[in-house]
Amino acid sequence: MSEDDDIQSRLDSIAPLIVAGSPHAVVLGFRIDGLTPGHAVMSAPYSEELVGDPESGILHGGVVTALLDHACGMAAFGGLGARDTPATLDLRIDYMRPARAGLDVTAEATCLKSHGLVAFVRATAHDGDIDDPVAIAQAAFMITKASQAAQERARKVFSQGGKL
Amino acid sequence: MSQVLLETLMAAPYVTRFGVRLEMKGTELTGILPFDNDLVGNPLIPALHGGAVGAFLEIVSSGALLASQPMARLPKPIDVAIDYLRPARAQDVYARAIVARSGRRVANVRAEAWQGRTDAPVATFHGHFLITPESTHPAT
Repeated sequence: MSEDDDIQSRLDSIAPLIVAGSPHAVVLGFRIDGLTPGHAVMSAPYSEELVGDPESGILHGGVVTALLDHACGMAAFGGLGARDTPATLDLRIDYMRPARAGLDVTAEATCLKSHGLVAFVRATAHDGDIDDPVAIAQAAFMITKASQAAQERARKVFSQGGKL
Repeated sequence: MSQVLLETLMAAPYVTRFGVRLEMKGTELTGILPFDNDLVGNPLIPALHGGAVGAFLEIVSSGALLASQPMARLPKPIDVAIDYLRPARAQDVYARAIVARSGRRVANVRAEAWQGRTDAPVATFHGHFLITPESTHPAT
């Protein structure tokens, strides 16, 4: 089994928890569209409950921010070997245009480089056409002591057959 | 001060959904994001979602801009940069924003979010917003 296959099998086993294990992602209705080592595609369905400007019906920028953070985090997680969940160090977003009312937003994130504990990720958010982006993001992630300790607790619970 | 637009900003479904509030004391505006399990990003730490904290800082920054001068429209974010300094714990989050520069078209805003101690921020924010000051946009 190659290292990438190994990472892929760990990603596949954790995939159901990537949204279900994060209350905020559940509330925003995130959906995983694709997850391979160093690459993540994730969508946020349009919801009237999450509108930022009732007049135009446009989704709040916060939904796009959270979606980009989550997708970038997943790309960094795979890029770092899919063992420890990294924490966001920084997230920079350029808002190119508002997402169109009624359309789902999709974020496609790629881990450009990972090195030891740090991963650099770039992502594009769009509402159907990636060549007409809603926003682009660049982020850095790091495996921290807090995230490692949390992961360790999760492994213990799992090994004892418990649920999170 | 743009009272009507401030109310519009705070009445958006997303903003009310997560219970964001703004409190004005004198000339100082403080944003409050009350803890809610729906804000948790990683229940294992447990830590609030980075996106929720980022969105909160963006709302408080827009609020600070609207509180600082009369505007004809809501500020629109052009770009934002968020530094995450500590995990945001399962507690209320507070934030304050400073308008570093406000021109005729664009404003530069800095903001900080904290939980227990103001000198231990959980995240800092820096963003540019497209603005429409009332003075450059006479009522027609």
